[in-house]
Amino acid sequence: MTSALELRQVSKVYGSGPSEVRALHDVDLSVEREELVAVMGPSGSGKSTLLTIAGSLEEASSGQVLVDGIDLATVSRSDRSKLRRRSIGYVFQDFNLLPGLTALENVTLPLELDGVRARAARTSARDALEQLDVADRADRFPDELSGGERQRVAIARAIVGERGLLLADEPTGALDSVNGEGVMRLLRDATQRGVAGVVVTHEAHLASWADRVVFLRDGHVVDQTVAPPGPESLLAAGGRR
Amino acid sequence: MSVPHALLALLRQGPKYGLRLQSEFESRTGDVWPLNVGQVYTTLQRLERDGLVEATGEGERSRKRYRITSAGERELSQWLGNPPDLVPPPRDELVIKVLVALQVPGIDVHELLQVHRRHVIETMQRYTQVKAAAGEEDVPLALVVDAELFRLEAIVRWLDAADVRLKRLPSPTPTEVVDAPLEPTRPMEVSP
Repeated sequence: MTSALELRQVSKVYGSGPSEVRALHDVDLSVEREELVAVMGPSGSGKSTLLTIAGSLEEASSGQVLVDGIDLATVSRSDRSKLRRRSIGYVFQDFNLLPGLTALENVTLPLELDGVRARAARTSARDALEQLDVADRADRFPDELSGGERQRVAIARAIVGERGLLLADEPTGALDSVNGEGVMRLLRDATQRGVAGVVVTHEAHLASWADRVVFLRDGHVVDQTVAPPGPESLLAAGGRR
Repeated sequence: MSVPHALLALLRQGPKYGLRLQSEFESRTGDVWPLNVGQVYTTLQRLERDGLVEATGEGERSRKRYRITSAGERELSQWLGNPPDLVPPPRDELVIKVLVALQVPGIDVHELLQVHRRHVIETMQRYTQVKAAAGEEDVPLALVVDAELFRLEAIVRWLDAADVRLKRLPSPTPTEVVDAPLEPTRPMEVSP
């Protein structure tokens, strides 16, 4: 089965000679649909670089990046842009909703930019808002939405249409832990509906919402968690006091 | 967890039988702290002896209903307002392991830290599954699980800080390792 995202021996080098910085070293990573992967690591470990390369926002220095089985290096620049717009959704720390557009228009915009007819785009956008439980706020502007509603609209925009890969860089930002958990619940729900998700976070209690946690250090993937057994095992063992 | 005070809190809502107290205790602590019925009755007997609860009904213990006394109410409110003992355990095994590893040649301390980090985060994933399965509306369970998650997260943060601090140390050359005099690890100071 084709992975939603596959990084094969990906390296990224910035600069050259004495000022060369190697941000990623031979990174291998596969993410399947319905899987949420969290990436953790100290500052400068390459987490954000990994995410921008996975999202085709910048190119790897070497190695292959495959999205839905398509090697990004083998397609033209315009096809790569198209793939990026159609297959990949991004969630940013501050949500980046356009203040002059309503919630519905914010979610519709990426589809319209991609040439989807207005009516079809609005239908898909409304579906995405419904999935995130904010369809009743469709006609509100971002400054008329609560923080939680803005998060939901931002995630709706990231999964609207046929997007199969959801990338989130510290999406909980400066939110308190309970609202941060709300974002992770939404990302987890989105992946359980068939999307593959990669989320960069430095907070362990948020990373623990992921199916798998990948650890980066100095640009290397050094470790990852194994699929945790069910919660029953916890209550039967360590949790019982 | 103070079982006597938890039972007093449940009785503050009205008189209850022992079995009822057991099931309410478990459901309100998210089933994370199971309590057997024998423990409930033993605790109730002690509370009765101390005048904090009184039994209504005669005969077998399962036929008795218990209610909180005014002394029990005073004890409960005193206990709720008293800050718990926050003194750390005298020896934290993980801290000791890392300190010992620093003295053992050939041990990659960063790898060791990562082994512990992964183990802690895997445990956190399991607790999070408990919370995810229960849904957001189960607030008592979320409170219990959050307490455990934040305790574990503190360990991860300590491991992260240790990683960064150790990375800043100059790497010892082989000669330095061989010639270095053995020094005992300073005993940890524990606040009283």
